[in-house]
Amino acid sequence: MIKPLIYILVNSVLTENYVLSKFLGICPFLGVSKRINTAFGMSAAVTFVMLLATAVTWPIYTYILMPNNLIFLETLIFILVIASLVQLLELVLKKHVKTLYNSLGIYLPLITTNCAVLGVTILVIEKGSLDSSFGYIHALINALGAGIGFMIAMLIFAGVRQRIESCNVPNFLKGLPITLIAAALVAVSFFGFQGVAEGALRL
Amino acid sequence: MQTIFFTLFLLGSISLLAGVILSVVNLFLKDKQNNLSEQILEILPGANCGACGFSSCEEYAKALANKKSRIGLCLPGGEKVSLKLTKLLKQKEIDYKKRFAHVKCRGSLESTSKIAEFINIKTCAAANMLYAGGGKCSYGCLGFGDCINACEYGAISLKNGVSYIDRVKCVGCGKCIEVCPKNIIVLLDHQNQAIVCCSNEDKGAVSKLACSVSCVACRMCEKTCHLGAIYIKNNLASVDKENCIACGKCREVCPRGCIENLKFK
Repeated sequence: MIKPLIYILVNSVLTENYVLSKFLGICPFLGVSKRINTAFGMSAAVTFVMLLATAVTWPIYTYILMPNNLIFLETLIFILVIASLVQLLELVLKKHVKTLYNSLGIYLPLITTNCAVLGVTILVIEKGSLDSSFGYIHALINALGAGIGFMIAMLIFAGVRQRIESCNVPNFLKGLPITLIAAALVAVSFFGFQGVAEGALRL
Repeated sequence: MQTIFFTLFLLGSISLLAGVILSVVNLFLKDKQNNLSEQILEILPGANCGACGFSSCEEYAKALANKKSRIGLCLPGGEKVSLKLTKLLKQKEIDYKKRFAHVKCRGSLESTSKIAEFINIKTCAAANMLYAGGGKCSYGCLGFGDCINACEYGAISLKNGVSYIDRVKCVGCGKCIEVCPKNIIVLLDHQNQAIVCCSNEDKGAVSKLACSVSCVACRMCEKTCHLGAIYIKNNLASVDKENCIACGKCREVCPRGCIENLKFK
């Protein structure tokens, strides 16, 4: 019972990393990764939204859209739910964690259109339709893993970028080019995790 | 047909639910103190210059709303903002003086020269750490423009190797003063006065060689001023702005031409 859950968690954090192997959510990955503490705040917010969005959209899909043949509304309704959740998060952060709210700036409302969030909600449903043992709990664990994977990618990359800042980069690579190259190298390193989860748990 | 109605119903109800939840949460999280600080924030210029001593306009607005600070600290906003704030917060009117920044150096490329050249050093702060900037005069403007980058209002430009501050654009926030490694920028009150445009504290013989517009502490200005408003201190002329009437006599007698007589219309 517990083994598949651990498998899903490890798998979604490392092998199926949403940023580095599915290339979703690149906007905040490049935009908010200049400082480690903002990167952490951003990824915590994204994890929260991913988890809540999956928690709300899974039942909507399974109990409302599926029985009524309204699967085509999937994207529309999911975006609606995600947008409301981000608004909610923004209100709470503005009131209680003002410094984080200020440092995230425009990227906080942009979580609404963060494809990683929408990607998680849609991909877990796809997984659920392929595998009948993949239920609500599994979907939640997968969303949590996706969030943690996002956080790991952000933190690693924020560290890399802080190092780059103190390096003598050739003029023609300064700024975005070297950032993108670094992102590609970090992504390549994540390919090393292919099959790690299966091997470790002997599934 | 049924599908369309159901779609509309579903979308509508989910939106309505989300809207209701959001507005309830918003109502729950709002408090009156925030309202006041938001009103204050609207009045403040929003430049986040830090002249008031707070890190941003928002912080200052909050402090004002909680009565932890006083009106009149906002230099960019000046009189207008102060008046609006006194009206909003129903406080007594305060005495407000406009100020502007002034560079105490005129050592242009013609009047002084460098003894060293910096390669790949682009800021005054960095240049100042090596041989005090490499100029003949170790007190003067380095001309790398740290103050230009610090100015939020585009009031500073580089003229012939010396920072020049546009007094019309300058709001007196004092950001340039903080970044100048030579400490040659000062804030002056907006009033008629004589201004000394040199910071060299070396003895006359030394400063004479360093720059053609340096103060050599010859005391001509001190002797001419019958009000005692200009005097030599540390081999450098300084003006006592309380006594100065901006008559312009010191400027006329200065053999080095490093005094400016400032008269506002």
